[in-house]
Amino acid sequence: MTDHVKDKELKLPKISAEDVNVFYGDFQAIKNISMDINSNTVTAFIGPSGCGKSTFLRLFNRMNDYVEGFRMEGKIKIDDNNIYKKKVHVEELRKKVGMVFQKPNPFPKSIYENVAYGLKIQGISNKKIIDERVETALKQADLWKEAKDNLNKSALALSGGQQQRLCIARTLAVEPSIILMDEPTSALDPISTTRIEELIFELKSNYTIVIVTHNMQQAGRISDNTGFFYLGELIEYKNTKDLFTNPKNTKTENYISGRFG
Amino acid sequence: MKLKEKLIELLLQLFTSVTIFTTIGIIVVLLFESISFFSNVSIIEFFTSTKWTPLFSEKHFGILALASGTILTSLIAIGIALPVGLTIAIYLNMYASKSFRKLIKPFLEILAAIPTVVYGFFALAFVTPVLQEIYPNLETFNSLSAGIVMGIMIIPFISSLSEDALYAVPKSLKEAAFGMGSTRFQTAFKVMVPAASSGIVISVILAISRAIGETMIVAIAAGQQPQFTLNPTIPVQTITSYIVQVSMGDAPQGSLEYQTIFAAGLTLFVFTFLLNSFSFYVKKKYQEKYE
Ligand SMILES: Nc1ncnc2c1ncn2[C@@H]1O[C@H](COP(=O)(O)OP(=O)(O)O)[C@@H](O)[C@H]1O
Ligand SMILES: [Mg+2]
Repeated sequence: MTDHVKDKELKLPKISAEDVNVFYGDFQAIKNISMDINSNTVTAFIGPSGCGKSTFLRLFNRMNDYVEGFRMEGKIKIDDNNIYKKKVHVEELRKKVGMVFQKPNPFPKSIYENVAYGLKIQGISNKKIIDERVETALKQADLWKEAKDNLNKSALALSGGQQQRLCIARTLAVEPSIILMDEPTSALDPISTTRIEELIFELKSNYTIVIVTHNMQQAGRISDNTGFFYLGELIEYKNTKDLFTNPKNTKTENYISGRFG
Repeated sequence: MKLKEKLIELLLQLFTSVTIFTTIGIIVVLLFESISFFSNVSIIEFFTSTKWTPLFSEKHFGILALASGTILTSLIAIGIALPVGLTIAIYLNMYASKSFRKLIKPFLEILAAIPTVVYGFFALAFVTPVLQEIYPNLETFNSLSAGIVMGIMIIPFISSLSEDALYAVPKSLKEAAFGMGSTRFQTAFKVMVPAASSGIVISVILAISRAIGETMIVAIAAGQQPQFTLNPTIPVQTITSYIVQVSMGDAPQGSLEYQTIFAAGLTLFVFTFLLNSFSFYVKKKYQEKYE
């Protein structure tokens, strides 16, 4: 990468939403949201259930495309390219924008096959390369120590927390630049949650992370910036510390002080 | 009120026991008649001879001649039904819109509802002549057209049950696959089909069971000549069509000819019983996979 390109990347936001509206049939789930997300940051989306956090997050890897009745207006740009343009290759996009889901969803295959999956569907067949990338990804996801002697064991035999770290490893293996996480710890116990939070903190130096969370303490612990969503609108979006200590909007204030949600 | 409920319960139990006693009755009769059969015919002859000629003066009792007809026609049928049925299931699950799926499913079910005598006639009067255009040496009665048509008949068993199995795969797995950048095709074949494999295997076993027990199509289109062969272009006789042939003839009750149909029937029963047990085992083994 030349310095010139690097400079440009640093200046530009990694993800940029411009005047985005989303509809499910007649129902408007996202109302005119614009937002910039910078490289190598952790951005948290908070807000009461049903306010559109998942819908908005899933715009970034076009996972809403399969929903019947889904319609979107506006632009989502990643590295300054509108990803909703006609000629965008959705599968390529998703290799750049990985996703970790609410409930751990490893494939019913071995640990190794789970992590190797993304490489294999890209047509990489060199065993040595795959082995290396599997090891690296498992190390990054803090699962290598537990898994290295059980690579051929079924992923479904792992605990919930381990499964979620496996899902993170699976995503990391294809070397995305953005990782989307939709309430990745809501199904996990506190210890597993802590491990994943530490992991997110480490990953920040190499990835741009956007995380939906129900848990405001979690947003406070791990994110640089936080957006508060309410009924499809982005009410307030700024530096996390700022948002929690000095909310400008009364709805934000009410929510973070636990008066509703 | 209490009495009425007791009565209803009793009635329901009665009906349930009817099915159980029928099954037991059938097995007992099959076993009983087969035992007298095997007191006249050696079991070794039954399993090793490749000739089946109980109705001729020179009698041979090699079940292999009939079993090969059954296996051959069933293999051809499954060779047609598995790829077509699975393709339909994957198409409906992964590609088709909801409305199209709603539209097409009843049509598929109709295939299974057409009387088999119609299929048999279709095989004899349409499929065989068409195939003879391509391959003139094909005989009028052959296992190829019977097998193909039987395959068409059992497509809905595979497509419908496999689609159910694909549908039962947690949505989260499909999302995981798409989220990794898989195409629909990769999602279907690398994630969905493996995850639904137990259901798909069961659907195939059920379809094979159905093909093995199918009578009309093979009786009409495959011929009445027991032959130990894997050649699909010549006439064969299946276990089922042999049973029909003897049942409709005038073999006197208690005669050896008469007993052959019970020995043949028992063989058929063992076939399907083994298949069903296997599908039961597959179901049990994989049931716990998703909690
Ligand atoms: N597939 C869908 N079809 C119709 N409405 C949907 C669909 N998915 C979500 N919605 C609606 O859109 C709104 C936002 O949902 P979602 O993005 O899941 O919220 P959150 O993640 O904040 O809980 C909710 O009112 C929800 O009912
Ligand atoms: Mg959500």
